[in-house]
Amino acid sequence: MKLDRKTKANILRWTAHVVALLPLAIIIWRYYTGQLTADPIRDITLRTGWAAIVLLVASLACTPLNIVFGWKQVLPLRRPLGLYAFLYVSLHLLTFVYLDYGLVWGLIQEAIFDKRYALVGLAAFLILLPLALTSSKWSMRKLGKNWKRLHKWVYLAGVLAVVHYFWLVKNVYTQPIIFAVILGGLLLLRVSPVKQQVIRWRQAARKRLRVLTTS
Amino acid sequence: MLIKKRTGIEIPSSEITPEHLYHSRRQFMKGAAALSASALLAAACSPQAADVPRGSADSGDAADQAPGEVSTTTDELGDPLNDYDDVISYNNYYEFTTDKDTVAFMAEDFVTSPWQVEVGGMVRNPGVYDIEDLRTKFDQEERIYRLRCVEAWSMVIPWMGFPLSKLLAEVEPFPEATHVRFETIYDPEQLPGQKRGGFKWPYVEGLRLDEAQHDLAILATGLYGKELLPQNGAPVRLVVPWKYGFKSIKSIVKIELVDYQPTSLWMDAAPNEYGFYANVNPEVPHPRWSQATERRIGELGRRETLKFNGYEEQVAGLYAGEDLRENF
Repeated sequence: MKLDRKTKANILRWTAHVVALLPLAIIIWRYYTGQLTADPIRDITLRTGWAAIVLLVASLACTPLNIVFGWKQVLPLRRPLGLYAFLYVSLHLLTFVYLDYGLVWGLIQEAIFDKRYALVGLAAFLILLPLALTSSKWSMRKLGKNWKRLHKWVYLAGVLAVVHYFWLVKNVYTQPIIFAVILGGLLLLRVSPVKQQVIRWRQAARKRLRVLTTS
Repeated sequence: MLIKKRTGIEIPSSEITPEHLYHSRRQFMKGAAALSASALLAAACSPQAADVPRGSADSGDAADQAPGEVSTTTDELGDPLNDYDDVISYNNYYEFTTDKDTVAFMAEDFVTSPWQVEVGGMVRNPGVYDIEDLRTKFDQEERIYRLRCVEAWSMVIPWMGFPLSKLLAEVEPFPEATHVRFETIYDPEQLPGQKRGGFKWPYVEGLRLDEAQHDLAILATGLYGKELLPQNGAPVRLVVPWKYGFKSIKSIVKIELVDYQPTSLWMDAAPNEYGFYANVNPEVPHPRWSQATERRIGELGRRETLKFNGYEEQVAGLYAGEDLRENF
């Protein structure tokens, strides 16, 4: 059975929605079955943080996937993935200020300035906030050229998120290193000469493939 | 096993929370947790579902999950003991895994018998103690202590054990001995975390001799009126309640009297972050986070961290005239 382009796009879109909502569903399910460890606040913090960074990186991976493999279908996923990343960042921050610190501003202030990882995390949130607010088609039209300029800040948010991860772990750096390598690779693919070269390789490979299949 | 019941610090009985109040407080906490979490997550589930006891979905021997007897329900400050279930299911023990929630599972088959502890170094009577010797030779007493992790969470735990000073008195340190060095078992087959790089295994900790001789410093062999489980450091571990949890080394096989300051595993791994003393101190932040507050497991929100973890009266004298910021 051959699926038409529209059906394929729909399947992809719905899969993205389901996968992106899964971490939240797991948190809720684990909460009601008492499986958020002995320290549920910490567990919720870790789970929302992890979902946020994965989705942010996934959102940043769409364009490079198109560059390397020519998968145009993934481009429309940038917005929902980015918005879901923002949802988890917001839940993550809300857990920190509300569940963890009980909205006691004095303590929160102190915690943010004593914990340098909290400071970069907050910076990432403050960058993502205007991006989330201007994610609609209407804003895109309204902002015109400036929209792209504004949304380039997402790269910095990604870098800050990885730094945030690096600074909070206690001497076991495997996970943050994995994210740093992936993010580094994704950013590298956007550098113009690298991008052009990769596109040339892809087109050359496709041509060879076409020659092989037709001869 | 000879058991003498006694709390760490004598407290007037008027300060102990009556049991019905203690239970209603736990209920309130659960209710509060349910309320705020559901507000946060906007979960449209039935509220009474939150009353399902934690861990009920886990497998595990029912006998393992039940606590033994304890003499009281609070510490001397009136704060309730943490649930046995929490104490045995939420552990930092990197030799098994860095995932606190999985340590108990990973540690299930850890062999703690036979077990010997070598006590030596600069002492008149060095010796090898069988774990059973330690249990029978020294009166086991109950000590209710707060445990404050350097990661800024804490629990109240009823330990069973005996003062380290009693063991030290028996081996008779030479006058030249200034410090005590402790070592955890090295057995990468049983402790897969020891195959991981980044740390110089086995785990090493140390105390100044006068700290080690302080009555609050104990060697624990049990908790909640039962033998220690592997995830909590079985069969014998140190408990130094006025210091961050990582000082309280687990599964000890070697205790050595030395005339130098031992370098602990954490000092070696990150010298700018973990000092030799590691006294709980809200005024001295970790380089990357504040130590001013902590989260008591089982509670919402935060509470202020107490200097020397609330044992200032008993231990501050050990550090008279010392710069606690310098000696972190």
